[in-house]
Parts: sequence; structure tokens; C-alpha cells
Amino acid sequence: MSEFVLEMTGVCKSFPGVKALDHAELRLHPGKVHALMGENGAGKSTLMKCMFGIYKMDEGQIKIDGQPVTISDPMDALHKGIAMVHQELQPIPARTVGENIFLGRYPMKKLFGIIPMIDHDKMYADTAELLKKVRMKFDPKQKVGELSVSQMQSVEIAKAVSANCRVLILDEPTSSLTQNEVDALFRIIEDLKAENVAIVYISHKMDEILRIGDEVTIMRDGQYIGTWPAKELTTDMIITQMVGRELKNLYPPRANVPGEEVLKVQDFTSINPKSFRNVSFSLRKGEILGVGGLVGAQRTELMEGLFGIRSHSKGSIFYRGKEMIINRPKDAIDNGIALLTEDRRGSGIMGVLSVADNISIASLKKYLDFGISINKKKVEQLVQDNVKVMNIKTPSSKTLIKSLSGGNQQKVLIGRWLANNPDVLILDEPTRGIDVGAKYEIYCIIADLAKAGKSIIMISSEMGELIGMSDRIMVMCDGRVTGFVNGEDATQENIMALATQFE
Amino acid sequence: MNDIELKENRLRDNRFVAGAWSLVKGNPIAVLLIIAAIVVGCLVDNFFSWANLANLLSNTAVRFLIALGVSGCLITKGTDLSAGRQVGLAACLSGILCQRADYTGRLWKSVPEMNIFLVLLIVVVIGFVVGLVNGLIIAKLKVPPFIATLGTQTIIYGIALVLTDAQPIGGFQKIYTRLITGRIGNVRGFHIPYLAFVALAFGLLFWFIYNKTRHGKYMYAIGGNEVAAEVSGVNTAKTTISIYITAGIMYAIAGYLLAAKSGGSSASMGTGYELEAIAGCTIGGVSTTGGIGTVPGILVGVLVFELLKIILQFLSVNPYYNYIVQGLVIVIAVALDIRKYLAKK
Repeated sequence: MSEFVLEMTGVCKSFPGVKALDHAELRLHPGKVHALMGENGAGKSTLMKCMFGIYKMDEGQIKIDGQPVTISDPMDALHKGIAMVHQELQPIPARTVGENIFLGRYPMKKLFGIIPMIDHDKMYADTAELLKKVRMKFDPKQKVGELSVSQMQSVEIAKAVSANCRVLILDEPTSSLTQNEVDALFRIIEDLKAENVAIVYISHKMDEILRIGDEVTIMRDGQYIGTWPAKELTTDMIITQMVGRELKNLYPPRANVPGEEVLKVQDFTSINPKSFRNVSFSLRKGEILGVGGLVGAQRTELMEGLFGIRSHSKGSIFYRGKEMIINRPKDAIDNGIALLTEDRRGSGIMGVLSVADNISIASLKKYLDFGISINKKKVEQLVQDNVKVMNIKTPSSKTLIKSLSGGNQQKVLIGRWLANNPDVLILDEPTRGIDVGAKYEIYCIIADLAKAGKSIIMISSEMGELIGMSDRIMVMCDGRVTGFVNGEDATQENIMALATQFE
Repeated sequence: MNDIELKENRLRDNRFVAGAWSLVKGNPIAVLLIIAAIVVGCLVDNFFSWANLANLLSNTAVRFLIALGVSGCLITKGTDLSAGRQVGLAACLSGILCQRADYTGRLWKSVPEMNIFLVLLIVVVIGFVVGLVNGLIIAKLKVPPFIATLGTQTIIYGIALVLTDAQPIGGFQKIYTRLITGRIGNVRGFHIPYLAFVALAFGLLFWFIYNKTRHGKYMYAIGGNEVAAEVSGVNTAKTTISIYITAGIMYAIAGYLLAAKSGGSSASMGTGYELEAIAGCTIGGVSTTGGIGTVPGILVGVLVFELLKIILQFLSVNPYYNYIVQGLVIVIAVALDIRKYLAKK
């Protein structure tokens, strides 16, 4: 009998263009809380999805009680005693707590001994029992949509408990909880520990890890760095291990000299109390302002707020000293602001349309004859200019954008905005999902734009990119700006310290 | 390499063949129906006749106008189930307003005999208003187009019933019916109905709007990715409302023409036309997933659907079976259309 309830060794997993896991390891003791830590993109969630059967490993081995097993899908994982509470909860809001917990495995009975039907009495009785176990006092027949986020999470945990799991994965369970709710969650975790359940706890919050964790495994770039007893670690040690790598990527030299102040944001606050609040910053001509923070720091939401996609409750934006009223994207565009969104497929490209249509959509009024008819030659000229300047690889301007590579799609989208000749460009994760070669080209384009006097705000979750490209870095945590770091003083450690400054 | 392979290679090298093959692959249903028409033409007398061709043209013309109207809704991932009822309402209103002053069954006796072009203007304004209402419900109240137009469809039918008191409308001014059913030339029974010219003019207008104007580009952008269009500064609500208004105007014109063409109208006129129009668009390559569709494609789709009806008529198929065949064609056309996108994933 092995001392570990579950062991993963040598796990490798590749996605097109990315090696997400490179010989990752994890060993879980029964009845212990095992914290799994690493930067965004270090491979924590990927490793968990391999354990839970959502992804198939390319290489590696999983052992349960020392016996090698294969886990084919989440159902199989549940049968083997592994349960997972996902970062983004996916309940069915219009159905009851009981129905959500027993979805897909409803207790059955036979009407007149022959007609199978759901045994609602048993289901709700069992649900009440489970809710008691996770110390929750709501009605099993309540609709899940009426619950708070923390209550929904308890339902998910109850669901996991009901499967009699031996390993429970909690992926960033406290990211949307209040302190009281976190305390309640920790009591549940203590109960589960007492029942000898092994818990994998993924979180960025150092104080939580040090408070509840028994062991800590740290990952970096998909690799296993090491496992330590939580008692022996300090916050600084964890950060050093998480980010401790040298910069491998190359960045274009910084040649831009920031000029006068162009944009000033004051006390900008979302209408959503959990989103960005009291944000103030300024941006100078020709400056690249990096925006760092962990997933969930509300950086994207802030930029979408500035661009008029999301609403704000208070705060003001000044452009060259004059206040701007921005209620929708068109207002921002008319004021010379451009936003390259984070989700290229979701809110960037129009896949079934051509490169020409995609690049010209935001600036069509420039190509009109007689104020009505679009001049094809002018649009073609726009495409050719961009193809030349940014080295876009496309067979023709009529090619559908979805058939281009991610890097070339991104260049087309940058071209879409440049066609409007904006003064301020907001780039949200401009190199996400782009291969290394194309990344460097995008960096060069960004650097050239800054040199030409454009002001750039660049959100990035890649530390190297943030430090390598930015003149100044604004760091956010949990909706607030926690500090600014100058480009030349920036280190992974001081950014990470600001990014984890939870209240 | 054997002879057959050589032959295939030579065929592939031929650009004309390659072009034709891509056309066949793009519109399999259209090709099948044209083949069917040729077969039927060889088997049945009078199928290949000038009179039959003229008949096909004039049937297609009105349907084409309706299909053009609904195409904008489909390209933006919407739909318009109220199309047929809007055609019916316009037909009833045109009919009532175009009744002769001396006609005994005249419905609105207190209204003086009206100029038929004034009547056209009135129904177009009504079409504009109905389209505006549809557009506002969809773009501002955010009701899904399917449900929104399902509701307005019923309301519009009710209005048509109230207007006509559920009675058939007849006794039109001669000039109204003569003008609309007029035609040019008569060579061995072949003539070109005026309606075909109306359809052609609107076809060209829509081609221009879809390909050359900002409105057209915005329409395709919304269908391709509405969020991206909004982020790019496209006023998606305005564009959507314009599309449903344009559609309303097209249905109004179609209704006006249809009443004169039939020589009478009733509240049930236009029943099911929305489905034929949607089917025609889909057969003609307007994608149900949005962002794709061309005016020539829509014309082919409508033409082919009308061709199907004429084939069935010439084969003396029991008219009740027509619905079964037409329904099958719609399902098969969409199933094939979807295949094109599934394969590319």
C-alpha cells in the first residue's frame, strides 16, 4: 500500500504551439490539503484537467493507491473517487439544489413496480443530509439561481462529497468569496480532512495557502519545481520559486521617449461592486503602460469600461485635459481610442468574412465615393499597406480571416485599429495564443507605434512580456490598482507582490 | 498512371471545369433540381415552352422581393416569421384602397378613389412602421427575432382580419391590375412581365447595398460576429433596425404587387410565404450561421424553389404532396449547408 492516495508522474501535455505540461508531478497524502501554486499559465488547471479526465495526457502516469490507472473521462474520474469544483461554476440556475446535485444520477424508483421514475423524496432527503454535512442551511428545493455565489459553491462541494470522493480538487475556490464565506469554506475543508479526503487547493492567495495548506507543490512553465511542507515556506520563498526564471524571450530595444500627458483617468469605478474600483492613472504620449495582475484582477473589465463596453458608476476620463463622455465603443473610437480585445475569436475577428472586410470595418467611412459607395481600390490599398508594414501572411485580401494563423489574425486586427489613426491603443493580451516568432513581430509593431507617438496600454499576464516591453507597469489586484513600477525597476518579484495584495 | 487518372488530371487542369465543379459543390440542391427539370422537360410536353418560362419568371419575381427582404434578417443571424403576414396585410390594404369607386362591394365607401401610386406610398409607409416595430423589439427589447416576429406575425394577421372583416377584396381599378400584370413583347407566347423588371431593379439595388455600402458591410459584420462589430464601433442596434425596416418595405411592395397579380386579396394571402422565402434564401447559400449570403445566390434559390413547384405541377402530382416534397427539399438543403461548415472545423 502506497503512502499516497494519488500520484501523478511525468505528465506531459501539448496544445498546438504550446507545451502546457512538461513532466509535471503531484503526490497527494490522504487527509491533507495540498496547495498547487504557480503563475497564470504555469499549467495548474491543465494538470487538474488531466487528473479529472477532461484532457488526455500525452505522456505520464496516474497511480491511485499505488496502482496505475487510466482516467478516460470525468465520469470515470468520479467513479475512481476524484471530484472537482471548477473555477467557473456551471450550475443549472432554473433547477433546484437537489436536481443539480444529483444531475445525471437521479435516484430512481418504480411506479407500480414497472414504470421507472425519479424518486424525488429520496433525492431531497439525501440532499438535506449532504447540505448538513457541508454546514449549509438552505432548502434542497430552492432554485440554484437564487443562491449566492458561495452557496452555489457549497452545492458543488456537496455534489463532490455525495460522490464519496477521496480526492477533491478546488480550483481557485475563494476568488469570488467574502471573508466570512472563506471561513465557512475552510470549516468544510477541515471536516473533509477529518474524513481522510485529500484536497488539492489551487489559489494565488498566499495567506490562505499558509493558513490551510499542509503541503505546497509549485509549478512553473508546465514543469514541476518541487514540493514542500507549508510550515517551511514563507510568501517570499513561494514567489521566488513561482517566478524564478530568466527571460528567454527577446524584446525590441526601448527607443521611445514618453512625452506630455495624453490620457488621465480618475477614480474610475464599475457599477459592479466586485469589479474595478477607484482606478486612477495617467498615460503619456509615446508611452507603453503595462498592466499586470492575476487572472480575476479585473484588468480586462477596466479597459472595457474605459472603452464603453461596460458601464461605470463614477469617475472621469480626460483626454488632453478635456473630459470625455464614453458610453459606448463608438464614443471611445471617435475620441481616438482603440481596443484590441483579449478574446480574438469571441470579440475580434469576423471569421466568415474576408481579410479586407475585417480590416476595414472600423474605418469604412474613409473609403466612400459620393458618401455612399465603398471604393474597393481604397480598401485594397489599406490591406496592401498593412500587409507590407506588418508582414501579414495572407494569400489575398479576399481570404477568409479564419484561415489565417493566430499571429496574422492579430496583425489584421491591429491594422483595423490603425486605419482609424488612434492616439491611444489599448492592447489586451496582444500575444495570447500566438507562436514565439510572431510574438516578436507583434512586439516590434507595438514598439514602433510607441516610437511614432502613439500611447499604448498593454495588459499582459506574461511577466517577461510585461517587464520587457513596458515603460511603466500598473499592477492590479482584485479590482484595485495596487501600485506602479517603472519599467527599468520592475522585477517579477515586486510585480507579483503587488498583484497578490489582497485586502 | 492509368488512362482514367490522366483524364481526371486533365479535367482538373481545366479552369472552366474547376469553376463549374465548385458551383456544383456549392449548390447541390440547385444542380439536382435543374437536372430534374431537364428530365421532366424531356418527358412531358410543353414544359420547355416560352409560356412556361414567362410563368416561372412572374412567379419568381414576387417571391424574390420577399426573399430579399428576409435575407438581411437571416444574414444577421435573425429571422422574420412575420414576412408572409406582412405581405398579406399590404395586399389587403392595397386591395381596399384600389377598389373602384363604382364597385358595389366597396369596403371603405367614404374614401374617394385613390391614385394607385399614392396607395403604393401608403402601404410602403405602413411596411416601414411594421418593420420599425419588429426592429425595435429585437434590437432594443432584446427579444430573440424568432419569438419577436412570431408575436408580430399573429398581431399583423389580426389587423388584416379586422381591416377586411375576413371578406375577400375585389373590384380593383383597371389601371392597377393592368399595370402590374403588364408585359413586354409576345413572341410565340414568350413575353417579359413587368414584374420581372421590378425584381431585376430591386435585385440590382440590393446587390449595391450589400456590396458597396457601409450598411451592407455592417450587416455582414453583425452576422459574422456581433460583439466584434459592436467593439469596432458599428451601431448594431441601428443597423438591425434598418434591416427589419427594409424588410418591411419589401414585403409591402410585394403585397401591393401580389394583390394586383392575383386580381383580388384576402387576409389569408401570403400565408407561409415567410417559410418559402427563408427556404429560397437557404437553398441559395444564405448561411443559417450568419454572415454569409449573396443576392445572386438568393435569386438562384428562389428560382429553383419555383422551378420545383412547376415541375411538380407538370408531373400532375397531387397538390397535397407538393408540401411534402417542398418540406423535404428545405430540410435537405439546410442539412447540406450545415455540412459545409461542420467539415471545416
